[in-house]
Amino acid sequence: MTLFDFIQRLLGRQKPSGTMAKERLQLVLAHDRSDLNPELLEQMRREILEVVQRYVEIDIEEGDVSLETEDRVTALVANLPIKRARPLPALVAAAAAVGMAQAPDAEAPQELAVPLASEPTEESSTAKSD
Amino acid sequence: MDAVTSAPARIILICSGKGGVGKTTLTANLGIALARLGERTVVLDADFGLRNLDLLLGLENRIIYTAQEVLAETCRLEQALVKHKQEPNLALLPAGNPRMLEWLTPDDMQRIVAMVAERADFVLIDCPAGIEDGFKNAAAAAREAIVITTPEVSAVRDADRVIGLLNTRGVAPVQLVLNRVRPKMMASQEMLGVDDVTDILALPLVGLVVEDEQVIVSTNRGEPLTLNGNGSPAAKAYQNIARRLRGEDIPLEDPSKTRKGLRARLMNKIRKTTGLF
Ligand SMILES: Nc1ncnc2c1ncn2[C@@H]1O[C@H](COP(=O)(O)OP(=O)(O)OP(=O)(O)O)[C@@H](O)[C@H]1O
Ligand SMILES: [Mg+2]
Repeated sequence: MTLFDFIQRLLGRQKPSGTMAKERLQLVLAHDRSDLNPELLEQMRREILEVVQRYVEIDIEEGDVSLETEDRVTALVANLPIKRARPLPALVAAAAAVGMAQAPDAEAPQELAVPLASEPTEESSTAKSD
Repeated sequence: MDAVTSAPARIILICSGKGGVGKTTLTANLGIALARLGERTVVLDADFGLRNLDLLLGLENRIIYTAQEVLAETCRLEQALVKHKQEPNLALLPAGNPRMLEWLTPDDMQRIVAMVAERADFVLIDCPAGIEDGFKNAAAAAREAIVITTPEVSAVRDADRVIGLLNTRGVAPVQLVLNRVRPKMMASQEMLGVDDVTDILALPLVGLVVEDEQVIVSTNRGEPLTLNGNGSPAAKAYQNIARRLRGEDIPLEDPSKTRKGLRARLMNKIRKTTGLF
């Protein structure tokens, strides 16, 4: 550690490099272990947000879906602050769309398609179905 | 031969993923240390493309045959095992010679290790770097493993890959050796800490070896540090690993927490009192 680094750290401007190493490793290993590259993870994140959005209104900016790993177990952790629930008709329609219930007077299905940014919702959600 | 009466040999793979982190040095020192504790030990150089274990043990001029000739039945196992002069409990078996790169298969490995295991308490297999064929061959006969790494991002990442492969193969237990630890850097958090590495890799730690110039000196001489009761920190660390492998309970102490540099101590104090970082 140079004197400059030392002063930077004293002032709280720089994390020690060992701490950075640990954080970077945890991230890269979560990806290595799950075999998901950042691109696939981003696609999954978008699709998950999309599904959740059908049921509740969430704060996209604050929403966080990431891989975390502890004791060699990798978990998908989602932290999605909910603004408010959707009105009942939309919920019924959402349920009907996944085949859970027959909605008696379902709204037009377009209602539940909540576009994420500029991505066409239909395409990204069907693209990965297997 | 007392093969019938003795417990089955411990067959331990020494591996790392990344090259140059200290596999061969560990194998040589552990081999000598176990032999000195009375264990009949065979070290098998599975890295025969770039073989080095003979050099570290000072046996480079005594190799005539390899496992290859034993399996081809052109010589007996006793002829291929190179006994260490000062430590007759230890023998080296090279898997092959560098001119014959293609011969070894996982099946060959299982056959030769089975033969060696009949006459040994410990068989240590020095694995080549990487996770390709060389690793697969070396791992074929292993029952347990020691993964060695240094506190650096690339080495830890590679170790993680290897641990994953060992897990799928059902090799157990897998234990960790952390090599080239620099206590001062760790204390000032400019290096991954011992706990960081064990947390990330989630393996039990069987040894901590500090960065030690004596390792280089002993390599130059072809005399592992554990051979002559050398009191250097690395020598003690290797001896302790040998004893832990035999089941002795020897506490591990984190050198970065016992011998802090002045500056690191100061940093920690400031950190605690100010809560700044
Ligand atoms: N604790 C240590 N202190 C200082 N130097 C060390 C230590 N451990 C290993 N080294 C040095 O690191 C270098 C690599 O060691 P070694 O050959 O044992 O690694 P390896 O994992 O077997 O390498 P390879 O992947 O090429 O087979 C050597 O020069 C060795 O002297
Ligand atoms: Mg080596």
